[in-house]
Amino acid sequence: MVQFSARLDASFAALSDPTRRGVLVQLGRSDASITDLAEKFHMTLTGMKKHVGVLEQAGLVATEKIGRVRTCRLGPRRLEEETAWIEEYRQLWASRFDELDKVVEELKQKEKVHGRSKKE
Amino acid sequence: MDAARKSEPTPVKNPTKAERTSERELVVTRTFDAPARIVFEAWTQPELLKRWWLPKSCGASFLSCEAEVRAEGKYRFVFAHPASKEPMAFFGRYLEVTPHSRLVWTNEEGAEGGQVTTVTFEEKGGRTLLVMRDLYPSKEALDEAIASGSTAGMDETFEQLDEFLVARGA
Repeated sequence: MVQFSARLDASFAALSDPTRRGVLVQLGRSDASITDLAEKFHMTLTGMKKHVGVLEQAGLVATEKIGRVRTCRLGPRRLEEETAWIEEYRQLWASRFDELDKVVEELKQKEKVHGRSKKE
Repeated sequence: MDAARKSEPTPVKNPTKAERTSERELVVTRTFDAPARIVFEAWTQPELLKRWWLPKSCGASFLSCEAEVRAEGKYRFVFAHPASKEPMAFFGRYLEVTPHSRLVWTNEEGAEGGQVTTVTFEEKGGRTLLVMRDLYPSKEALDEAIASGSTAGMDETFEQLDEFLVARGA
C-alpha cells in the first residue's frame, strides 16, 4: 500500500501536465522517438526530453537508445493496465455466468419435470 | 458454525478464470453444474441468451437479440446503455455450430478484422467445463483492444486526477 501511494504520487505529478498526457496517448498508438514527439507537440528537443524524463521516472514510459535515436514506448505500468483489463473482462464474464447458472438451473428443473411426465 | 449462514443457503458459484494465453488469445473458463446439452441450449436459443448476456452490473439492456445459430448464420445484438446516446450493435456470423460441444463465431463490429470466438462444452460426470477462446487476428489487434479499453478507463482517471489537482490547488 505504501509502495502504491508513493508510485501514485509520481504518477500524479507525471500526469498533471497535458503534454505528458498527450505523449502517453501517442505512445499508446505506437512507439516514437523523442524527435518525433517533439515535432508532434511543437516543442524543443530539450523540452520533450524533460517531459519524457518525468514520465520515465513514474514508470509510465520506457526509453531505449538505439544508435543516435532514443525510442520511447509505454512503460511497465502498461502491464498493470493489461492485468486490470483482463480482470474487468473476467468479471464481466463471471457475472454473465452467474446469470447463466440461473437459466441452466431452470432448464434442469424443466427437464426433470418433463422427463417424469414422459415416463408416466 | 454460523447458524445464520445455514438458514439462508447461498449457492456456491463456480469460479470464472480469464487469462491471456498468447500474444493474440484470451481464454475464459468456467464449470457449470449441468449436462452440456443444457448449457449449450442456453447459449444457442436467443430467448435464453438474452436472459444472461447482459447482467445488471453492466448497465446495458437489449433492444434486440437476433441469432440464426447455424454455420454461416448471422447474429446481431443491439444494446442500449445509459452512457451512450446511440444504441450499440454487436454482430457477426457463426462459423461452426456443433450441438452440445462447440460454437465458433466472428465479431465484426470493429473497424478491422475482429476476434474469432470459440466456445467448447465438455461434459464430465454431469458437469460441463466451458472454455471460451477469443483469437485476435494479430498481437496488435489484441493490444489495441486492451489499450482502447484501458484508455477509456484512463480518461476517467485523468478527469479524477484533474479534480484532485484542482482541489489541491496544484
